[in-house]
Amino acid sequence: MPEETKKRVESEVQMKSLKTSIAETPEGTYATCIDIKKLNLYYGTKQALYDISLTIPRHQVTAFIGPSGCGKSTLLRCLNRMNDLVDNVRIDGEVLIDSKNIYNPELDVINLRKNIGMVFQKSNPFPKSIYENVAYGLRIAGITNKKILDEVVESSLKGAALWEEAKDRLNDSALGLSGGQQQRLCIARAIAIKPEVILMDEPASALDPIATGKIEELILQLKDRYTIVIVTHNMQQAARISDLTAFFYLGKLIEYDKTRTIFMNPTIKQTEDYVTGRFG
Amino acid sequence: MFTRGEAFVWLTGSAMGLCLVLVFGLIFVIVINGMGMFWPHQVTEFKLKEGPVYVGIHTRSEVVKDEQGGKLERYQVKVGNRESGADFMWMDVPKVEAKAIPKDVIVLERFEYGDFIGYVSGFQQDGVLVPGADAKALLAEKLPQAQEAFKKVSHIQRGEMENIATKVNKLKLRKDKLAKATSDKSQEIAKLDAQLAVLLAENNKHSARILDLNKDPARYGLVVKSADGVERVVPMPNIVRYYYPNDMSFFQKTGHYGAKVWEFLFAEPRESNTEGGVYPAIFGTVLMTLLMSVAVTPFGVLTAFYLGEYAKDGIFLKLVRIAVNNLAGVPSIVFGVFGLGFLVYGVGGGIDRLFYSDILPTPTFGTGGLIWASLTLALLTLPVVIVATEESIAAVPRGVKEGSLAMGASKFQTILKVVLPASVPGIMTGVILAIARGAGEVAPLMITGVAKMATELPLDGNAPYFHPERKIMHLGFHIYDVGFQSPNIEASKPMVFTTALLLLVIVLALNIVAIVIRDHVKKKYRTGAF
Repeated sequence: MPEETKKRVESEVQMKSLKTSIAETPEGTYATCIDIKKLNLYYGTKQALYDISLTIPRHQVTAFIGPSGCGKSTLLRCLNRMNDLVDNVRIDGEVLIDSKNIYNPELDVINLRKNIGMVFQKSNPFPKSIYENVAYGLRIAGITNKKILDEVVESSLKGAALWEEAKDRLNDSALGLSGGQQQRLCIARAIAIKPEVILMDEPASALDPIATGKIEELILQLKDRYTIVIVTHNMQQAARISDLTAFFYLGKLIEYDKTRTIFMNPTIKQTEDYVTGRFG
Repeated sequence: MFTRGEAFVWLTGSAMGLCLVLVFGLIFVIVINGMGMFWPHQVTEFKLKEGPVYVGIHTRSEVVKDEQGGKLERYQVKVGNRESGADFMWMDVPKVEAKAIPKDVIVLERFEYGDFIGYVSGFQQDGVLVPGADAKALLAEKLPQAQEAFKKVSHIQRGEMENIATKVNKLKLRKDKLAKATSDKSQEIAKLDAQLAVLLAENNKHSARILDLNKDPARYGLVVKSADGVERVVPMPNIVRYYYPNDMSFFQKTGHYGAKVWEFLFAEPRESNTEGGVYPAIFGTVLMTLLMSVAVTPFGVLTAFYLGEYAKDGIFLKLVRIAVNNLAGVPSIVFGVFGLGFLVYGVGGGIDRLFYSDILPTPTFGTGGLIWASLTLALLTLPVVIVATEESIAAVPRGVKEGSLAMGASKFQTILKVVLPASVPGIMTGVILAIARGAGEVAPLMITGVAKMATELPLDGNAPYFHPERKIMHLGFHIYDVGFQSPNIEASKPMVFTTALLLLVIVLALNIVAIVIRDHVKKKYRTGAF
């Protein structure tokens, strides 16, 4: 990016006070679910996230948009501490989920992840049967009661709109499913552990339009019960399914507002350029 | 041609072709020579111009230079009758006056001196020729009785008498210990003596029974005449089997072949391994290979998981990897020496001092045995398993591991439930390679537990049923022993080929089993989405 543009963006950000939380909706007040405070992330000596502050409301769909390499996936992976798995990563700042700092050294990461489901860009079912994929979270939690497992598998597959297609082949390998079905299976797997939050990292980017449509429909159904954070490259998708949108650029949060505002009437020129497809 | 890359196709194709030719050539030679060993070959009577007559099996011909520098063809003939000279002879073709195929020629397989080839001339009972008897009919009648008695005798020797011998040894050891004690133990010694006496009486009973069983067959003998007219008596107990090779139908020959194959597979060796079967060697090879797999798999897999999943990248990890790879290139005899020094003398000697101190200096575990041979081979094949496992772990998609971790699984649960099942086919590939390497290894086994002759199998009916300290026989070593350590090279040559063929078949069978298991697992845990 030209130096000139960069400067312009920075000055714009400084000029207008950046909104980091959306307190009200026409329907009432948002309850805060995730509160990110002054988060900085470094890969070795390279800084990837700059001073991110963001409040994500409960039971809404929040979309992270921005060009490749802007840090939106990195931020998403901070929310369930998946970045811990990367060598040489350093994080400062706080992430509060239900008012508890998840970067507290005393916190049990495993319990945290049990509370946060994640769906990845590339569907990653385990090389096991469909049934075992969905029951995986319960099994590792030590649940062996067949009745409970059966119930959860059925309700999760129904929740992920896969039950009708999969009920007759629960013991077949999950790898025999189509790409879209596999991704819905991954969603079923995530909701089987009854998480608070579901993180989705470009869940439909590898799928055809029909499968994408199904996933989007599913996300809209799930938002009644789960707080969903979704990273997407697809502007239309963000516009269709999210309630709130955060636009990132070069590791910085540029603008955060209701989706309608971001797409129809963004405050910052940079955002407008991106959502209208003028760059990025 | 070069721009289209066709030259390279030819180059790679011919390399593969050459490989195939060499491999199939080897297999062809082994199969042809190995399969022919048991077929009843035609016996020819050679009448030489100088007078002597020989009967024997024409095994091969070759052309050599004669004294004048011309070509001279000669036959190699197996004439048998080892007690009167070499059982193979060379016969110059020009000196042969006539060849005939006598119908009534007999081949006797004997427990001593190898085959006899000649003619039946009479039947003896209690050292006296039975006048006017049909010797062939009597042979057919009396031999099965002798064989039956032989079977019973060896059954008694193997079972009851061996059992008694073990018990007697134990009691004697206890008695020795008591005798050395300072306090007065005469009462206990008397008790032991009484037990010993009972066992001894039992043993004598069995010995008497054996004598009794042997008595009847020993009364009879077959009188045979060799081609040079010398008559001799072969007692019934000395005959393994007999056949008239020139008077057999195809089906009789096939039956004979089947019986010989059966004997080869399920009987014990005779005549310093050059005759009889190789059952103890088959048993030893298979058991040792299985034990080796059982030992090497968990060890190698655990190591590979540490290297692939837990170890931090760095100079140390690199060094370990290099060391593991180099371990695969260490000559196998070096592993043998290590096995002998560390496992046999170190560990085995230690076990002896701790648990078997009463019978020292006679070693129990402190000498070569099945367990040490298997462990030495496990060490030898360890790099193969480690490398294969590490590769298969690395092939498990990162996304799948992350998916598991994101579900709240611990690293251990992820490894156990996702990574391990997905890498089982790769691990099995490693084990298959290890089996192929281990089953064919000879050098390290010679010094860690394989013997020329070990008829006491490591698995038997005597408590504690599994005897890992016993020496075993091994097909690879058997080939070396029969082929290169035997006093009668020509006679043992077919045995070498047949044993080599058998070893190939066994390695193939073990591999097929492993491959079937792997494919079964592969279907279950297929990885890779889309």
